Amino acid sequence: MPETETMTKVFARPRSLTEKRFTYCPGCHHGLITRILGSTIDKLGIQERTVVVAPVGCAVFAYEWFRCDGIQAAHGRAAAVATGLKRANPELVVLSYQGDGDLAAIGTAETVHAANRGEAITVIFVNNQIYGMTGGQMAPTTLDGQPTTSSPQGRDPATMGHPLRVAEMIAALEAPMYVTRQSLYDAKHITQATKAVEKALRYQVERRGYSLVEIVANCPTGWKMPPVKANEHIAATVTGVFPLGDLVDRG
Amino acid sequence: MPRGKVVIDPERCKGCGVCVATCPFGVLEMSSTYNSSGYPVAGAAHPEQCTGCALCAQACPDIAIEVYRGVGARERGDG
Repeated sequence: MPETETMTKVFARPRSLTEKRFTYCPGCHHGLITRILGSTIDKLGIQERTVVVAPVGCAVFAYEWFRCDGIQAAHGRAAAVATGLKRANPELVVLSYQGDGDLAAIGTAETVHAANRGEAITVIFVNNQIYGMTGGQMAPTTLDGQPTTSSPQGRDPATMGHPLRVAEMIAALEAPMYVTRQSLYDAKHITQATKAVEKALRYQVERRGYSLVEIVANCPTGWKMPPVKANEHIAATVTGVFPLGDLVDRG
Repeated sequence: MPRGKVVIDPERCKGCGVCVATCPFGVLEMSSTYNSSGYPVAGAAHPEQCTGCALCAQACPDIAIEVYRGVGARERGDG
């Protein structure tokens, strides 16, 4: 008899996710964020009424992995699509899943105005400081001096600007209920980020309003670092530019 | 009976090594085997050290790890 038959399973794949394997690179935090969302959807019992709005970027196939309704928005327009879904059917739990190229560059207008209107949606913002899918180009969130394929000498703030702090920008508005920045570089921060995602979704279930969870994530391939080293880089350097913690909690 | 046990799906593992770095008890190591995608696969090199804390599984970006705990682990103060 296999040993596991007499043991209790304490961690398994979330029911809200399909069996399909992620197409992400080894060590990528996108997979981890998808797992955390799946676990949280399970925990809150909202699988039947959750709609995931997928972005353009590495997470474009999000609807393949979530075992709930999904739609894939035009580049940057996820917050506008989410607004339409939520207004058409307020019973839905609408989750907008976006990266930094999607949310903080081409989709800045939709992002800011959905937040300013206080749309009752939950936005998961994956900030990995680079355009992953297209080959590691500079994003609005790229750190000063960070080399990318489109800034090979490093980002020069004199001509390219400084990294855009989205959570701070959204926190300056009056409407958002919950704005937080989290990371996943070690077990402690994975636990904290999971709690933040749960709170953001719970606020929507309780009809409190808009929430944004920015997650400072890695891109081992784009950064040209092994995954464990990329996580150490987040702890040592990236969180200095993007400080972690709750910025607004009006719940 | 061990207090905990990890079961790694070799076809889901991409060999990123995050579980190895996360495990507080040195249970996991990169093995010398490769899966059908060509990724090196993590394995439990010291399974007797496993407490079933599941930190490895929580950190795995590909949901390749399932974790089991022995009956009575909680009563013994391991839970």
